[in-house]
Amino acid sequence: MNIRHLFVFTGGLLFGFGLAYGGMAQQEIVLSFLQLTDLGLLLLLGASAFVTALTINLVPKILKGPLLGGEFKKRTRTLNKRTIIGAAIFGVGWGISGQCPGSAWASLGVGNLPVLIGIATMALGAYIMGRFFT
Amino acid sequence: MFPLGIVPYIVGGILIGIGVGHIYITTGLHATQSSFFSTILSYVSKRPYFQQKQYLESRGWRLTFAIGVILGAFIYAITISPDGLFWTTVQWWRLAIGGFLVGFGTRLSKGCTSGHGISGLASLSTTSLYAVITFLAVGIATALIIQALGVIP
Repeated sequence: MNIRHLFVFTGGLLFGFGLAYGGMAQQEIVLSFLQLTDLGLLLLLGASAFVTALTINLVPKILKGPLLGGEFKKRTRTLNKRTIIGAAIFGVGWGISGQCPGSAWASLGVGNLPVLIGIATMALGAYIMGRFFT
Repeated sequence: MFPLGIVPYIVGGILIGIGVGHIYITTGLHATQSSFFSTILSYVSKRPYFQQKQYLESRGWRLTFAIGVILGAFIYAITISPDGLFWTTVQWWRLAIGGFLVGFGTRLSKGCTSGHGISGLASLSTTSLYAVITFLAVGIATALIIQALGVIP
């Protein structure tokens, strides 16, 4: 394992711990948010996006590049129909199951093994998208 | 509005943000989630879409990242979690059908709650903002309809 992977791994630990702490590993909590009975996940999204925003907008002004080499690149996405149609399809799946890609891994970590079903069908969905819609 | 309190949500969100920031500061990588599926499919599919350079280059660290997320959640479950290990009661067919649409939709949209929601909003992307508004609105509508149809849990 090279040193970059070590930092990716420790960042993943924090990400997974935070997801589980914030309830994302429990589909019941995600669904209670989407059913508007517990709006806490908006706070989780806001806090995580805010902390990330501070980092990715301020750090490149202080450091010339990442500490382990390379360069800081912006994450770029172009708005088109696929962005919105894809997000809508994702929304339907999220509302049906309470699962999303990151929280599925956190679910495995807390022993929530039924989500293996969802991970398998997520991989299938990603395959069908890449196979037939590109 | 917040029956479980607000502390776990805010602390959890801050930890996620620190995790993403930690990876960005050290490596310059954007630690997002749904691309995992496209990159891992490059191991099994020879289709040109999955053999793109960006997927071949990133599959190693994305696998490492996913393992980190799983272990991080496991550490939470065996240390400070009030619930310990957890097993969802949401029915298997909901996990299966929902999962398929999540996998398809996030890859079509090139982002999920993590990519558009955290990294996208953090980089002040209007594209991601529209995506987030869309999946939140559709997700809420879908969950309310399923609930109204009497599907519990």
